[in-house]
Amino acid sequence: MNKIVEKEYFSENVVKLVIDAPRIAKARKPGHFVIVRVEKKGERIPLTIATADEARGTITLVIQTVGVTSSKLAALNVGDEILDVVGPLGQATHIENTGTVLACGGGVGVAPLLPIVEGFKKAGNKVITILAARTKELIILEEQMREFSDELVIMTDDGSYGKKGLVTDGMTEVIEREKVDLSVVIGPAIMMKFAALTTKKYDIPTIASLNTIMVDGTGMCGACRVTVGGRTKFVCIDGPEFDAHQVDFDEMLLRLNGYKEQEQKAYEEYTANLKK
Amino acid sequence: MSVSKEYLKEERSQEWRTELRKNLKNKERLEFARIKMNEVDPMERIRSNIEVNKGLSPIEAVAEARRCIDCPDPTCITGCPVEINIPKFIKRIETGDFLEAAKVLKETNALPAVCGRVCPQEKQCENNCFYQKKLGREAVAIGYLERFAADYERNSGNISVPEIKERNGIKVASVGSGPAGLAFAGDMAKMGYDVTVFEALHEIGGVLKYGIPEFRLPNEIVDVEVDNLRKMGVKFETDFIVGKTATFDELRADGYKGFFIGSGAGLPRFMNIPGENYIGILSANEYLTRVNLMKAAEPDTDTPLLEGKVVAVIGGGNTAMDSVRTAKRLGAERAMIIYRRSLEEMPARIEEIKHAKEEGVEFLNLNTPVEYFADEKGRVNRMKVQKMKLGEPDASGRRRPIPIEGSEYFIDVDTVIVSVGVSPNPLIPAAMPELEVTRWGTIVVNEDTMQTSVPDIFAGGDIVRGGATVILAMGDGRKAAAGMNEYIKEKVKS
Repeated sequence: MNKIVEKEYFSENVVKLVIDAPRIAKARKPGHFVIVRVEKKGERIPLTIATADEARGTITLVIQTVGVTSSKLAALNVGDEILDVVGPLGQATHIENTGTVLACGGGVGVAPLLPIVEGFKKAGNKVITILAARTKELIILEEQMREFSDELVIMTDDGSYGKKGLVTDGMTEVIEREKVDLSVVIGPAIMMKFAALTTKKYDIPTIASLNTIMVDGTGMCGACRVTVGGRTKFVCIDGPEFDAHQVDFDEMLLRLNGYKEQEQKAYEEYTANLKK
Repeated sequence: MSVSKEYLKEERSQEWRTELRKNLKNKERLEFARIKMNEVDPMERIRSNIEVNKGLSPIEAVAEARRCIDCPDPTCITGCPVEINIPKFIKRIETGDFLEAAKVLKETNALPAVCGRVCPQEKQCENNCFYQKKLGREAVAIGYLERFAADYERNSGNISVPEIKERNGIKVASVGSGPAGLAFAGDMAKMGYDVTVFEALHEIGGVLKYGIPEFRLPNEIVDVEVDNLRKMGVKFETDFIVGKTATFDELRADGYKGFFIGSGAGLPRFMNIPGENYIGILSANEYLTRVNLMKAAEPDTDTPLLEGKVVAVIGGGNTAMDSVRTAKRLGAERAMIIYRRSLEEMPARIEEIKHAKEEGVEFLNLNTPVEYFADEKGRVNRMKVQKMKLGEPDASGRRRPIPIEGSEYFIDVDTVIVSVGVSPNPLIPAAMPELEVTRWGTIVVNEDTMQTSVPDIFAGGDIVRGGATVILAMGDGRKAAAGMNEYIKEKVKS
């Protein structure tokens, strides 16, 4: 079960895993996520599904190593099994023909954005995609994105690839140039916050896919709760996608750091043990 | 479903029981005092996860069993949601046939070692015991005896597997592996069905695993009872969310003829007061899941845990007691219950409240939080609490708490656990729009058969009740098994 059938490094800290999970591959839709537990003493973490291949019975996850669990996942090799993979969870992206869609992905958020871009393109939209990262090495899935995008813009903070600037600079340029009917943003919380502020100025409906802390992922624990439009929502069952203009990103950013001390300490111990 | 008077009478008139009644006169039986449960010392137990109640010795069990006068009309059974033949198993204990006693339990109860520990017997069987009802004396300790028989059997290594009728090969599924699902699975397997239990989490047992702490119900006990179901042929699939991983239609196409939904009361409730989303404020479900299911307090596990030094638990139910006592064990210097009514209205079991008090838990009754405050990192550090008084009884029959104006004060805290109830898990109803639900999100069933508005789907436990007990969930599971059996038999005929 959950055997890794393919592994590819996008960069030193970003790895793609293709996992044998036929049921999930068949059931998943763009926007869905899975909960993964690497080993018996491991924690449960949510990961948004990048793509899936129903015929082959696989799902693809893209992982950035930021802590113990993501490092353990990235350290697995082809042939290894992930102890638990459960899903698909959450609400699927609502995809329809709305006109022009501006899709923005930051960091590994580009991976779950890919099936959404594909979906909107296939539904007849004009899709303009912006991929943003700190530097050239961190731009991922460029070719696949190009295939389903009418236009692809690349932004890097340091200007090492594409245009120099933040994702919001790229967004503003597109919005100033032409009418955008819907924006979809997936990436680090801070990036989504500023992307949402940008589209709000122009009153463009915007969807953000949130990546909060979760334990069970099925609505039971409430660890993932966020304030949306002044009301508490659970990302795992009400989301993960919400109206970005209604999300309290500051609260979400705070809550994402809820276990930071413990996580940092655990990560230091983990890396120290690896060196031994 | 209900046990017939004739059956009980016939059982009671068996020679061994008649003999027992003759051997010891009721007058003598009535002279014995109720046995006290052996407990681990509070100061010792709060340093570990050791089970608080140590159980009875065989001598103590036999002595307690002697108190039961083997009534001609055993009212205790009417108080039991799974209708255990209570006098029969108690009399087996009296004769020293402990393994036989365990077999009697298992005739109607798939999880006796669990029920012997977590059932609110004082509100059920024991509340209907002759001693309590007619004499106003302490009831026979039916719960302790149930636990004794089940533990004796488990420790003997001679666990009996209930007899299975001829297997009919008909596939049925339970959605959820909590007490409702396990009870359903046990009964269906006994009737010969090919049962698969689907569980969303990575462990079998539902609330018995993620919710109830080890000091009240050791995980090993649950595992043994689950293993017993395995021996009866029940299959278990973890990491499988029916309605998501596969749809009901896909499972129907795979040959499943009936479904039992026992998916539990997922969604934790919050109070929607200012500051409730600060770090360090979490639901009881999250706290208990981290500790019990994920073992977050153990040093070699990856799941993080906020170790509170000053912990406030909001609520007065069993889950609140489980949370506050867990906090104490994890090193809280101050662990308190904040409850808006008085001790008298508290829904937690008396035993849990007693144990919590012994362990040094503070009870701030007639208090309710109204706002939370946090430090610069967003971690809760203070709460504003308002005092309450009791007014007229409300719909629940308990006296309604009324805020006292101007009574607000502050308490310094670093962790707050919100345990004010749960709402039904919306996953299944969302996956199946044709399923009739109430406006609270609970699934509507026919109370006799537990059948839902979709004929091949039955439901029970908290997804129907909205938040109840392990044993009521098990009672539902059994009733649903009987209902589904009838439904499938009818369908096969036509």
